[in-house]
Amino acid sequence: MKGMEGDVKIGLEVHVQMTSLKTKLFCGCSSDYRGKEPNTLVCPVCLGLPGSLPVLNKKAVEYAVMAALALNCEISDRMLFFRKNYFYPDLPKNFQITQYDRAGGVPLARNGYLYLDFEGRRRKIRISRIHLEEDPGRLVHLGSIDRSPYTLVDYNRSGVALLEIVTKPDIRSPREARIFLQKLRSILEHLGIFDGGLEGAMRCDANISIAGGTRVEVKNISSFKEVERALSFEITRQRGLLEKGIMVKRETRHWDEARRVTVSLRTKETEQDYRYFPELDLVPVELKEEFIEKVKAEMPELPDKRVERFISQYGLPRYDASVLVSSKALADFFEEAVRLYNKPKEISNWMMSDLLRYLYENNLELHESKITPAKLVEMIKLIDEGVISGKIAKRILPKIIVTGKSPSEIVREEGMVKISDLEFLENLITRIFAENPKAVNDALINEKAAHYLVGQLMKATEGKADPVLSSQLIMKRLEKLRRERGIK
Amino acid sequence: MGGSRRIPVEEIRHIAELAHIELTKEEEIVFTEQFNRILEYFSMIDEADTENVPLTYHVLDLVNVYREDEVHESMKRDEPLRNASKKEGRFFKSPRIV
Ligand SMILES: [Zn+2]
Repeated sequence: MKGMEGDVKIGLEVHVQMTSLKTKLFCGCSSDYRGKEPNTLVCPVCLGLPGSLPVLNKKAVEYAVMAALALNCEISDRMLFFRKNYFYPDLPKNFQITQYDRAGGVPLARNGYLYLDFEGRRRKIRISRIHLEEDPGRLVHLGSIDRSPYTLVDYNRSGVALLEIVTKPDIRSPREARIFLQKLRSILEHLGIFDGGLEGAMRCDANISIAGGTRVEVKNISSFKEVERALSFEITRQRGLLEKGIMVKRETRHWDEARRVTVSLRTKETEQDYRYFPELDLVPVELKEEFIEKVKAEMPELPDKRVERFISQYGLPRYDASVLVSSKALADFFEEAVRLYNKPKEISNWMMSDLLRYLYENNLELHESKITPAKLVEMIKLIDEGVISGKIAKRILPKIIVTGKSPSEIVREEGMVKISDLEFLENLITRIFAENPKAVNDALINEKAAHYLVGQLMKATEGKADPVLSSQLIMKRLEKLRRERGIK
Repeated sequence: MGGSRRIPVEEIRHIAELAHIELTKEEEIVFTEQFNRILEYFSMIDEADTENVPLTYHVLDLVNVYREDEVHESMKRDEPLRNASKKEGRFFKSPRIV
């Protein structure tokens, strides 16, 4: 086998809800459907009742143009909507209003790209096209999808505005696919059109082929956390077949999130025949130069620019800056913390190391944790004021993340205040010196060996001894012994 | 262009399948006949000279019909499900699809 993943080609088809819109794409029903009673946010348009007419949401077009500009796309001067016909209960009209790039169809935008900084290299991922389309309704099954006796349908989500973003097969590994989605999410969040923390707001399908072989489509990937798992599974499956000399079948597979496997959908070819034709209930949309220029002028700062600013304004290393900006929430958290306490490097270090590691190990997103910029800053101030040691802070941080309690409250409750009581420390040092005669002798001739004694003191106080003071006291005591014993 | 390309019965079966409609053998013959008769009218259109005519996707001379992103009241609580032949609780009910 050639280089582990060098022969893998992945293309993604990402569906993103423009969650900042108040209403659906073609009707005035609220698009804030999460947690709402089924079928309460519906009207004749999004239920597909006869005689109803869709009218395009202006803001949706503005947002979509913004996304297309941020992804460096060529924007069509005139776009059309098409009907994609298929029978499925999540589509009340039996067709989805979408866009088409063949047979005279013109999507919103084409030929874009974005750059990924991945494993020390800059990679260009090309975007083939961006469509504007409507989300289908939500299907509910009793038990598993293949055993449920029937399907229940909630149309509250039906008609919510989606962007379909399609990449060229430029992605080379599952990890890179995840980084791509993270970057895409960060861009869309910086534009203020999308909140990736909402469940199901970003979903994707993937095309994978190995060594120029057959292309397999994997559907139903629900988040960027899942994309890495789904693609890794699929690559392992295909390699397993190839090693046994079995041809990979061209097919569509479904990612089963619970079982963490892809399963064949056994769909008939005919179901791919969507009979696209123009949606005559909607008139063409002209995207004039002035309109695009106006949108461009209103575009907020994008992640790539923000990384550069973090480097120049706060003096952060490039790697740290790009990790912080990989999520808008993280970057905002950082800047808010710096506003409260002007110590960007300390704040960044705590975020980059302990905070992110904890979130990653527990598979949490920042918004799922209870830490705030104010609480992180309070903790760093406690260190700077000498109330706690860095070691204690490392133990406090996870508690802040989980409970949301203030650092000083945790310190008080758990008696974690740094010990700088001279008499207490002196007595402890006497004991440690008595218990470790050999280490003391070593330390008398070799300064470096004194670290061991400081370590013993920290251990005896569970990390609460003031590290600077402890080390000073131990050095002083050693010096005294040297004088007594005549050692230079 | 022009001429009369006939649709075979297989095409009718395919379209019926896409539309989830079951046709009897007799119906297949009837529909094949009717489809082809409809298409004959189109072959008359094909005879028109469209050399320098741009593609028409819309007959209205309108572009950019928008609405603002403002929430309007949805249907009253019980209205959406009122005409549904099958429902359960607040859901529409449909046959299983996989
Ligand atoms: Zn509606």
